[in-house]
Amino acid sequence: MELIFEGIKQAVWLLITFDPEVLGITWLSLKVSGLATLISLFIGVSMGTVVALTRFPGRRLVVSLINTGMGVPPVVVGLFVTIFLWRNGPLGFFELLYTPSAIIIAQAVIATPIVAGISLASIQKLPEALRLQILALGATRLQMIWMLIKEARLPLLAAVMAGFGGVISEVGASIMVGGNIKGYTRVLTTATVMETGKGNFDIAIALGVILLLFTFTINAILTGIQQRERPR
Amino acid sequence: MSGSILEVRGLKVSRGGFPVLDIPELDIQEGEFLSLIGPNGTGKSTLLLSLAGLLKRDKGEIRFHGKPVESSAELLDYRRRLAMVFQEPLLFDATVYDNVAAGLKLRGMGRGAIRPVVEENLRLFGIAHLASRSASKISGGEAQRTSLARAFATSPELILLDEPFASLDPPTKESIIADLGNAMRIRRTTALMTTHDRMDALRLSNRIAVMDKGGIVQIGLPIEVMHKPVSESVAQFVGVETILEGRVRGMARGALHVDVGGRDVFGTGDSGPGEEVLCFIRPESVTLHPEGAKMDSSARNVCSGTVTKVQPIGLLYRVCIDCGFSLSAHVTQQATEDLKLAAGAVVQASFKASSVHVVRKPKA
Repeated sequence: MELIFEGIKQAVWLLITFDPEVLGITWLSLKVSGLATLISLFIGVSMGTVVALTRFPGRRLVVSLINTGMGVPPVVVGLFVTIFLWRNGPLGFFELLYTPSAIIIAQAVIATPIVAGISLASIQKLPEALRLQILALGATRLQMIWMLIKEARLPLLAAVMAGFGGVISEVGASIMVGGNIKGYTRVLTTATVMETGKGNFDIAIALGVILLLFTFTINAILTGIQQRERPR
Repeated sequence: MSGSILEVRGLKVSRGGFPVLDIPELDIQEGEFLSLIGPNGTGKSTLLLSLAGLLKRDKGEIRFHGKPVESSAELLDYRRRLAMVFQEPLLFDATVYDNVAAGLKLRGMGRGAIRPVVEENLRLFGIAHLASRSASKISGGEAQRTSLARAFATSPELILLDEPFASLDPPTKESIIADLGNAMRIRRTTALMTTHDRMDALRLSNRIAVMDKGGIVQIGLPIEVMHKPVSESVAQFVGVETILEGRVRGMARGALHVDVGGRDVFGTGDSGPGEEVLCFIRPESVTLHPEGAKMDSSARNVCSGTVTKVQPIGLLYRVCIDCGFSLSAHVTQQATEDLKLAAGAVVQASFKASSVHVVRKPKA
């Protein structure tokens, strides 16, 4: 128990003293996971909407692949992103391996199926007649899609939360493609793993508390938006 | 009315590989209110969706103001000149005001121009006080009013109404029908409405079309469709309760003389002697009298019979009489008491020759 209290004390100390290393790690975590979530939102919402609104041969397979993608272990994503970005890999010429960009790519790959899957379910849940009503109001196809996305905005916020929660807390892919380089690619999760390995439980707990704090704060904000009272 | 606003030629639509709609010809006149009536599953909504360009057609042509609607650009322009209201209000998760403004925003109108139009249409349907209320927090009737205001806000030349009153309670339905009728008069909009309630159609329409098995089987003035149905199925749907099979004997004093199982029935129609026919008699056209009463009416058809059943139907009673053939009449509660109507009672029934519509019996 003493170990845990020490860890929490250390976390509070690191936070109130604005420890530059911890601040740097935290900022990078937020930046990397935030960008990855944004990318996954753009791709995932588009993908989910298109699959929800169109009928084509092999659609069931695509839906199954998206659903499977929602549960792919981050280390598997890390492995494939590493292979693709490896010096001799197909995208090796970009020289992105062991950079923050590599972590963003890996995390976007992890979050995209999550966002796509939830978007697909949310758009699909809207009544078919609503689509017809929007078109009958004189909407172009693009306007219709935008209005449907707006109608599904509350469940789509759940997609943002799930996507962000999935990537801010993952460690396998980040450590594989980022390399946990101090001051460059070290994020909260990889730093926690490293400190735990070194037996520095107090710092590891401190980093864990910070991670939890940020995840909670961001989700609380999004939940607040989602649950806020509608206009009367 | 001045010419056709919409012309449909050779329209065929399939769903799931099965043909569901076959409309060789349909013209909607500018300014008219045309109702499509028919039992469930006869293709009324499919026709409406096809006319709105929301359902792919296999064949056929739709002309709006004489111009064909084919390309996607023509289709968008066409859709922006009509509006559609569904059975469910299908409102957006926004305020009532934003819902009514939705069609105008889609047309790229500015906020300043939108406001007076939305406010006018909110007033037209009596929902101005709900403008800032969330559409998810209003009643079913208010939601349907919002849906109608949203449709009228775009000043459509043609409005398509798909069973707009089907999910409303009777008092709400009455007041919305009154408001819709008022809006139609003020805006002089052309309307095409589907309904399975013939009374709704009678209240609002200039013409009624009856649909059966994906086609239009009769179209005409409301009174014509109600009193002169062209077939047994139409007769049943428009409320004819007595359908008699017989053979024309000839003409007698300007009426067709029909032999119905040895009984004489006089009616009107264009059948000739010897032809097998069906006689349609509406229950409201049959008058009941006490047995043996002196008849001073001009009715050509008078028969005595025994009451077999008295059944309440809302504020009226359906009385079934066996007078050699089964005859159905609708009477008030007062009449049931005055005539002591009950199973086994003997009464006299009379109906005019002009209220018996005679059509040729279709060959088996």
